[in-house]
Amino acid sequence: MPIDLPTIWAAIIAFAVLAYVVLDGFDLGVGILFPFFPERRDRDVMTNSIAPVWDGNETWLVLGGGGLMAVFPVVYATVLPALYMPIIAMLLGLIFRGVAFEFRWRTARGSSWWDIGFCLGSLVAAFTQGIAVGALVQGIEIADRAYAGGWWDWLTPFSLVTGLAVTVGYALLGATWLNLKTSGDLQARARRLSMVAGAATLVLIGVVSLWSPFIDQVYFERWFGWPTAFFSVFVPLLLAVCAIGLWHGLTTDKHLQPFLAALGLFVLSFVGLGISFYPYIVPGALTIEDAAAPDSSLAFLLVGAAVLVPVILAYTGYAYWVFRGKVDPGEGYH
Amino acid sequence: MDFGLTAEMLARIQFAFTVSFHFIFPAFSIGTASFLAVLNALWLWKRDEAYLQLFEYWKTIFAVTFGMGVVSGIVMSYQFGTNWSVFSDRAGAVIGPLMGYEVLTAFFLEAGFLGIALFGRKRVGDTLHMVAVAAVAVGTLISATWITSANSWMHTPAGFSIGADGTFIPEDWWAIIFNPSFPYRLTHTVLAAFLTTAFAVGAVGAWHLLKSSSNRQARIMFSMAMWMAALVTPIQIFVGDQHGLNTLEYQPAKIAAMEGHYESHPEGAPLVLFGLPNEAEQRMDLAIEIPKLGSLILKHDPNAPLEGLDAFPADGRPPVLVPFFAFRIMVGLGLLMLAIGLWSLFERWRKTIYTNAWLHRAAVTMGPSGFVAVLAGWYTTEVGRQPYTVYGLMRTAESLSPVDAPAVGASLMAFVIVYFLVFGAGVFYLFRLFRRPPVLNEDHELDRGPHRSAGINPGPAQEDTIREGAGHAD
Ligand code: HDD
Ligand code: HEM
Ligand code: HEM
Repeated sequence: MPIDLPTIWAAIIAFAVLAYVVLDGFDLGVGILFPFFPERRDRDVMTNSIAPVWDGNETWLVLGGGGLMAVFPVVYATVLPALYMPIIAMLLGLIFRGVAFEFRWRTARGSSWWDIGFCLGSLVAAFTQGIAVGALVQGIEIADRAYAGGWWDWLTPFSLVTGLAVTVGYALLGATWLNLKTSGDLQARARRLSMVAGAATLVLIGVVSLWSPFIDQVYFERWFGWPTAFFSVFVPLLLAVCAIGLWHGLTTDKHLQPFLAALGLFVLSFVGLGISFYPYIVPGALTIEDAAAPDSSLAFLLVGAAVLVPVILAYTGYAYWVFRGKVDPGEGYH
Repeated sequence: MDFGLTAEMLARIQFAFTVSFHFIFPAFSIGTASFLAVLNALWLWKRDEAYLQLFEYWKTIFAVTFGMGVVSGIVMSYQFGTNWSVFSDRAGAVIGPLMGYEVLTAFFLEAGFLGIALFGRKRVGDTLHMVAVAAVAVGTLISATWITSANSWMHTPAGFSIGADGTFIPEDWWAIIFNPSFPYRLTHTVLAAFLTTAFAVGAVGAWHLLKSSSNRQARIMFSMAMWMAALVTPIQIFVGDQHGLNTLEYQPAKIAAMEGHYESHPEGAPLVLFGLPNEAEQRMDLAIEIPKLGSLILKHDPNAPLEGLDAFPADGRPPVLVPFFAFRIMVGLGLLMLAIGLWSLFERWRKTIYTNAWLHRAAVTMGPSGFVAVLAGWYTTEVGRQPYTVYGLMRTAESLSPVDAPAVGASLMAFVIVYFLVFGAGVFYLFRLFRRPPVLNEDHELDRGPHRSAGINPGPAQEDTIREGAGHAD
């Protein structure tokens, strides 16, 4: 594996996307689970558990998108038009989700509407992100540095299944987060939901993993040909470890372990995706090398990223530390 | 759903619509963030409850505005790819890293410390809380710096070469960031954000003074706002003038459109006060002009020659209507702001600043002036840049994604509906928050007093207020 600027940047972008998926994943998951917690009090605790951190979590999405434009402009310029409708739907979903945190406190009569907006917004954002992954795995038609496909190319049975898988996976992240951050009856319900969502997530990971090798010859060779088949043993094995960790944590009423195990499932699925894609960034169409911006851009931004990403991780970690522990429903959030 | 328009026109409308909404919120949150930092510092320094109460009062308003700024901004950062993909591909290597730095140095900073600034005073203590509030304020200013640099580069591109495939290749980052119009645009935009906030805060203060001129918090906020109006407006007018001179140097066609000069004036141009641009005939109808004043302002010489639009090829001329009127709206509001500032100085000297109801009524009327001026300014700048996205080098028509008009039309419809619904509700809630009297003691406690009857529950950003502002009452 050559270590050059484009590869380093591909790794950084992949890290930003992964950070986004796991962090905003649990925020969106909390929204997706709203229908299972009809009580206003429970919902207050649920939103308060993410209110101080959601904005930072969502910023990784801006880094993923903005970073892509900076270092792989042609990817940004072809993938976004290809996914025009899902992306617009995601943005609209994120609007409803984002404003609901404040708006639901500003009105008594309207607050249940903002709760619905919070839930639907989270649902739409999660589902369209899953569709985007599925559409990428299937490949995007590119000619002459521009998107050359049609408006509905992203809509296939496979992308609908990946949409569902990501939605259910986010619900699992949300449920295990609530299991970590809440107490009493709310936590008990979150724990039961984690079990259901955990089982469904594992089934869907299985379906998607078995389906994708048959979508493209390249994936098939990657997963069933030597030496890369090594991963075909390794990744499922680690997935099994996470699944057991999740189950064990939930049945023995651990608080942190199920959340970490759910994160593990996401990280491993993401690594699996990376193994399928490499060295392509848009499968079948653009490699990391082809798509990279001029070195002057990559180097300029890398200086900043090398210094700032660790700093960002440090103060983000600090912010999580400040708001550690269970949310106290009586006290509200301080 | 293409409304009989081309994809290009629809994409332009969509961009103008979403960015206009987006900028309304930053214009307010950049100023409010700094205002909050000042209030918090004053509270820590003087230990005067009034400042703490003002901080808590404006904190909630800030939280609502900021949330709307964030979600509308995320739309912007993806819209370059969905609607202007050719632009993104060709200019991404230059514009992208600037926005990348904005994310790394500003957005994470704002977002990371926002939670602590809003909800964390009790958890981290006064000092670290002050650090968090300051970090949010600095973050908004850093954000403004990078994004205006990116935008200025599109007006006055520098420090690049053009590759074989037509892409812009960065050569000199210093020249790119500090491109010729950047210092002017940054100063003018940040001062505009401060003025926008000052006039909004002033209007809220004045409104509460009209109801009770002895209200201490209302007095403090009104006084602070009027100092800003009196001191910053003259600076802003000076900076605006300098900005215009810079534009004359680099984008003379834009100046011709702003000034309404279809024809060149080799012997000194007049200042067109008013007129009706007639694009078909390329002339000003019903023009009211002051001879030679245009050249005097722009060239500091009444007889200096000034180029009109006829000096530029027909396919390189911006439309006149929008820049001409938007510029007059902005300058007119700037002069009104100056008038308010001077009037407040006079009333301050007469010691009637807190009791003169006419000044207060005028300040309430001027509440939205900053928002209007800011949008008018951006419309002048951006429409005046047409028909280019990268001035002189890349046309708007070439920047568009390979999208079909119905797809852009449908998404435009969706944005219009959602924005009016969501941000309309947000603005309504902001007005409710402005209506609360800025007194948070036992008599007007947030969770008991008029607040409850207005049907508002304590919110995440408000619970601190209840605990801290009136902890003794429960
Ligand atoms: C001069 C100031 C200014 C201008 C011209 C713009 N913005 Fe903005 N933007 C801000 C000042 C700002 C801010 C003050 O930093 C905001 C407003 C409220 C906030 O949350 O941060 C913000 C938020 C914000 C966010 C959300 C950040 C987050 O997650 O915290 C994004 C992605 C953008 N903006 C992107 C854009 C793009 C792509 C623009 C150009 C088309 C743009 N902004 C114009
Ligand atoms: C926030 C304040 C801003 C406002 C209110 C604003 C407003 C506008 C308007 C009204 C247009 C349409 C002009 C026309 O079509 O005739 C436009 C175009 C454009 N602006 Fe801005 N703008 C702002 C900031 C920015 C920034 C910061 C950038 C880039 C970093 C930017 C990039 C563009 C681009 C790419 C276009 C071309 C599309 C077009 O011509 O319609 N704008 N803007
Ligand atoms: C009264 C004196 C003023 C003058 C002479 C003036 C001048 C200008 C000029 C010449 C431009 C266009 C720059 C370009 O060519 O790109 C501009 C843009 C702008 N103005 Fe003003 N302005 C004045 C007052 C104001 C006020 C009071 C505000 C807001 C509170 C404001 C906000 C803006 C904004 C946001 C822009 C667009 C961004 C930029 O290009 O800087 N201006 N102004």
